[in-house]
Amino acid sequence: MTIHITLKLFATLSQFTPDSPDRFPIESGTTIRNLLKQIGVSEDEIKLIFINGIKGNLTSPLHEGDRVGIFPPVGGG
Amino acid sequence: MKSDMIINIKKVSIHKKMPDDTSYNSISSEHVTHLSSHFKVPGQYIEITALEHNIVPERYVRNMKMFSAKDQSALLKSRVSVVGLGGLGGALIEMLARTGVGNLNLIDGDIFEDSNLNRQFLSTHSLLETVKTEAAVKRIAEINSSIVVQGYSEYLDEKNAPGLIDHSDVVVDCLDSIPSRFLLERTSKSLGSPLVSGAVAGTSGHVTSIFPKDPGLKLIYSESEDSPQKGAEASLGCLTQAVTLIAALETSEVVKIILKRGSLLRNKLFIVDLMDNTMDVLDLI
Repeated sequence: MTIHITLKLFATLSQFTPDSPDRFPIESGTTIRNLLKQIGVSEDEIKLIFINGIKGNLTSPLHEGDRVGIFPPVGGG
Repeated sequence: MKSDMIINIKKVSIHKKMPDDTSYNSISSEHVTHLSSHFKVPGQYIEITALEHNIVPERYVRNMKMFSAKDQSALLKSRVSVVGLGGLGGALIEMLARTGVGNLNLIDGDIFEDSNLNRQFLSTHSLLETVKTEAAVKRIAEINSSIVVQGYSEYLDEKNAPGLIDHSDVVVDCLDSIPSRFLLERTSKSLGSPLVSGAVAGTSGHVTSIFPKDPGLKLIYSESEDSPQKGAEASLGCLTQAVTLIAALETSEVVKIILKRGSLLRNKLFIVDLMDNTMDVLDLI
């Protein structure tokens, strides 16, 4: 079954933003790790994962309507 | 001496009205400077004494609907250490000085170069090759002579860190390398000081506040040994509007920590991306 999520990729990851990030289709049961593969982002490039405003991790499963945000390390000043 | 000082403060104070017609007694910054040299005390001492007697230093009058006289005194009595005087630090100390945070302890071993000019408020053509702390100390004196400011032109390391930021009510991380941020966090925690940490890359950035017992930076960057030297800013650079906004958010946290008011970003991350106007506060635990 296909579900839809909202996907926001920050900083250097924004180049991997897919078409229709506000209604991005994934298979039900997809984890963050699967999602990263699907959009072509290496796990090594990411530092922070948020699902619906709460910190998640690579094994977090995704559900219909989830808001996902992913950050690379950001350290400039 | 104090009673003599109070008499003098009262003598030079004048009755004024705020834009909404609220009456108050005011002392001008010129009189503060004059009394400061007359009594051989820092200007903040004159200002604190004035506030204790319901006389508002005119330079803070636009603060006074948001801050009580006690709040403004607390800010004047507080000591904040700022580590890093680049894009974040330069804008942040400008705001802290104008707010009336009385004691600023500024640390950066760097000098200004051309590539700083796009975003670092302290950098100017005439100050290229100048040490950043020197420019910062001068700028603070120009903005608010009541502030006691110390500059240390040193890079933070394991050895000097505790001495450089000791006795701080708040420490502010305005650094540009991730390992240095962890060093600053370790030191702040060991000294029992809260740390406000901000970081920027391109048009994105984030801010958090870390108290000594909070998990802190590892929630953002994983464990310190896994962290890269530089983050996404190495390929994206930093835009002035993003850096300055993050500095403003750090300033806001510093003020709230000193005044023990409002909600803090403890175990939370304020995230920003100006490219698509994303702003959110996320739970780190």
